[in-house]
Amino acid sequence: MERLIEEIPSFFTIWNIIFLAKAMGVTFLLTAIGCLVGFSMGCLIAVFRKTKTIFLLPLRIFIILYTEIFRRIPFLVSLLLMFYIFQIFKISDSLFVIAVITVCLIATAYIGEIIRSGIESINQTQWDAASAMNFTYFQILKEVIFPQAWKVILPPAFGFFIMFIKDTALASQIGVMELTFAAKVLNNKGFSPLLSFGSVLILYFILSYPLDRFGKHMEKKLASNRN
Amino acid sequence: MPQIEIKSLNAYYDKLHVLKDVEVKVEKGEIVSLIGPSGSGKSSLLKMLVGLLVPQSGEVKINNEIIDYKKKADLRIVREKIGIVFQQYNLFQNMNVLKNVCIAPIKIQKRDSKKVEEQAIELLEKVGLKDKLKSYPDELSGGQQQRVAIARALCLNPEILLLDEVTSALDPELVQEVLDSIRLLASDGMTMLIVSHEMSFVKEVSSKVIFMDNGSIIEVNKPELIFENPKEKRTSDFVSKILKDK
Repeated sequence: MERLIEEIPSFFTIWNIIFLAKAMGVTFLLTAIGCLVGFSMGCLIAVFRKTKTIFLLPLRIFIILYTEIFRRIPFLVSLLLMFYIFQIFKISDSLFVIAVITVCLIATAYIGEIIRSGIESINQTQWDAASAMNFTYFQILKEVIFPQAWKVILPPAFGFFIMFIKDTALASQIGVMELTFAAKVLNNKGFSPLLSFGSVLILYFILSYPLDRFGKHMEKKLASNRN
Repeated sequence: MPQIEIKSLNAYYDKLHVLKDVEVKVEKGEIVSLIGPSGSGKSSLLKMLVGLLVPQSGEVKINNEIIDYKKKADLRIVREKIGIVFQQYNLFQNMNVLKNVCIAPIKIQKRDSKKVEEQAIELLEKVGLKDKLKSYPDELSGGQQQRVAIARALCLNPEILLLDEVTSALDPELVQEVLDSIRLLASDGMTMLIVSHEMSFVKEVSSKVIFMDNGSIIEVNKPELIFENPKEKRTSDFVSKILKDK
């Protein structure tokens, strides 16, 4: 314990703080981009997966294959796969870019499924009533289905977002300097594990807590049927 | 010239043959009731008319124009002309009463929102729900929801109104209020196709009764005749069973 207290001044140097802040920024960006892209693309693929027209059939098959594959491969495996694909085709050297793209692909697959199940939770009779009044497919989704589906979609979606903050730690495996990697580096520099990983733990909490609150707020706002 | 003319029509739910060689003629202003045991195809016939069930073969003419249910443009026309009220009301749960009634005329028919709102309030007053404009469907009783659904269908100014077992999901004491609203419409001269198990009501309002069984039309007759002197044995079996249960 004494050693720990002695260590504190040398741990919280300006350099270490900047180092951790940068790593936190990387974790934040990975999560934020993943969630935003995942949510918008997830909406899109859920919406197209529910279409019935024959000429969109190839798109539907592609969507189903894509979601089923990416939800079945472990995060780490897709990350490494992407890493080698990028290496082989020399697309980009930036580890961050590789991580971001992988994160988006995975988030899209997962959130797409959450949104699809939300859409399907709404009774077919609501579709019937609306289509009998000449609503188009997209009008039904916008006016009738999504306003009712949010309360089914949001809780698992935010659960996924928060889980995702932690999952981005896997990006350290290909060398992206995010929070977990930063902790390892500090630990390797000789700082005690308690201090290195403890501070990272607090930073993860700082990232996820507001997101959790935001989720609760959105649930209240959108999930009551009164709009 | 009949307003609705259906000729040798066949429709399927997957492999289930739900409408078999159906022939129906409905004149303008006529009130036609469909009776028969459950699963006999009455509701399917109404759903088919608004394109929620696409027919496999046969012909449907509305105002003497052939409707191709596989064509989007034709579907639009049919749905402009025909309003439908469902057994389970199917009000939009995320909208209040007034919005439920107004949304399609404003967003789909692109009519003037002020005028639509006036008409909606008038219709809701007619069905006795003027004080519920801001209520949400889950705050209303079944009978009230069903009356909103009727107002919603009427606000689209349809030429033909289809009523699919509109009182079946209601408690007995709520049935009358809904039937009263329909009586009011009947006296306005709107063409209506009614699927109902309320035999006394059917007898009272309809100009023609169609008895269906197992996807086919068995008998078409005046209400007095259907109930008191049916031609077909299956009709008399059904009618006597229903009247005995009452």
